[in-house]
Amino acid sequence: MQKEVDIVIIGGGPAGLSASISSAERGKSILILERNEELGGVLNQCIHPGFGLIYFKEELTGPEYAYRFIKEIEKYPNIEVWLETMVVDITNEKEITAINKDGIWKIKTKAIIFSTGCRERTRGNLQIPGTRPAGIYTAGTAQRLVNIEGYLPGEKILILGSGDIGLIMARRLKWEGAEVIGVIEKLPYPGGLTRNLVQCLEDYNIPLYLKHTVVEILGKDRVEGVYIAPVDDYGNPITDNKKFIECDTLLLSAGLIPENDLLENINIPLDPRTQGPYVDQYLSTLKEGIFSCGNSLLVNDLVDYVTLQGILAGKSAVRYINNEINIEKRSHIEIDGNLRLVVPQYLSYPILEDITFYFRVKEPQKSAILTLKDNDKRIKEWRFPVVKPAEMIVIKVKPEFLRYMENPKFSMEG
Amino acid sequence: MKKELTCIVCPLGCSLEIEIGEDIIVKGNKCEKGKNYAIEEITNPKRILTTTIKIKNGKYKVVPVKTTAPIPKEYIFPLLEKLSEIEISAPVPIGYKVLENIFQLSIDVITTRPMETKENTRKTKETKKST
Repeated sequence: MQKEVDIVIIGGGPAGLSASISSAERGKSILILERNEELGGVLNQCIHPGFGLIYFKEELTGPEYAYRFIKEIEKYPNIEVWLETMVVDITNEKEITAINKDGIWKIKTKAIIFSTGCRERTRGNLQIPGTRPAGIYTAGTAQRLVNIEGYLPGEKILILGSGDIGLIMARRLKWEGAEVIGVIEKLPYPGGLTRNLVQCLEDYNIPLYLKHTVVEILGKDRVEGVYIAPVDDYGNPITDNKKFIECDTLLLSAGLIPENDLLENINIPLDPRTQGPYVDQYLSTLKEGIFSCGNSLLVNDLVDYVTLQGILAGKSAVRYINNEINIEKRSHIEIDGNLRLVVPQYLSYPILEDITFYFRVKEPQKSAILTLKDNDKRIKEWRFPVVKPAEMIVIKVKPEFLRYMENPKFSMEG
Repeated sequence: MKKELTCIVCPLGCSLEIEIGEDIIVKGNKCEKGKNYAIEEITNPKRILTTTIKIKNGKYKVVPVKTTAPIPKEYIFPLLEKLSEIEISAPVPIGYKVLENIFQLSIDVITTRPMETKENTRKTKETKKST
């Protein structure tokens, strides 16, 4: 079966929803392809508050945040939504192959926006030795079971990884009557946002074991317990000091992997630091007409940023179709010092508008200075009282500071 | 007396220094909300409660709910207990009042998403198929 639209958006979570609105209000025909049975993505299972403080200037729960966009897209007759539809292939000519109950679709389009989000790191990714009993879940799977399906995944729970989903699930499971033994983190600092450490662990006296990891899982049919051990400064477990912890469930909250298999299939280069595609300030990948936003571009800690990236990607896709993006030169942005990643990674000249840059740091640091340089010339500085790996740094830079740079470089020093 | 707190009003997470004497003096906050949070946290700590309740004949077996405002921390477990005994019937809109004026606090518990019925979900899918 055949279909033709101006813009195809792959993924109907927060990034795809805002991208669809910003491109639909500029008059294009939009098709959202969503593999789940409803729109909203992971927001539907994030029933806790804390969403929307930047974008809506009020505090919403995940489902409420999603609902605002789902309601909004109903106003646009030029947005079509296909649920339970899985994209299996794209070509360099922007032909998409998708499968749903109606069969196999070949969809022709002028621009594609990737808003495919992330997968969670599993036991396989983490390579934890031991038996293979029931009771090992990623934190997000447990979250879906509790908050959407209405099941409690276990009664005596240990959480590996101090990412936000793990912290939120610690509190959630406590509220549902489970015993939460603790949270184990391999790094010397926690992975989640401060407010989640305060509200989810400290409020309920749930211990956080830093510089520890799970070295073995035990149990025949069901998890019966795990061995945890401290790790040395290089992250290697000191198994001589291992300790048995009895539990029936192990939740894994050890990071997210942007889902970009489809981009890799057509050789769109990915940044090993973000695991998303390299993009310029239009959120265009290095293949023109293909855009990326949200958690498949980089793992965001706030949905508000995901929404803003979606809006930008939608607007850029329309500009691309209208031939309004004329790139004369492109510079790669280098990073240095305590910076772990930057998005966008490229500047396309001429620069006409403010550019929002997203950074993450490698290590916690007090009184940090972020510097923008061209070759070795200092252009601008930003000061931060404190920076943390778990908390993204977001700055907006005016075009006059970015004009025709040869070797733009951001660095962070003390 | 001095106390250190991390502000949780917004994701910025300001580090607050609080001096508790005749007055409560707050330092390190970037906005007025941070000062109010610190004073509340010292005198009467509150949290928004979000959980799920059972729903009959819904697309899913549970529906998410929240308190319309933060409630004193000591009410969290009693309210969870109360909510575990409640079952509503689909369909319900978003913002549907599940409990009113809980513990005489002038705070309600409302649904945070609409929940359609099972039958309705099936019907929408069939319509989609025929188009």
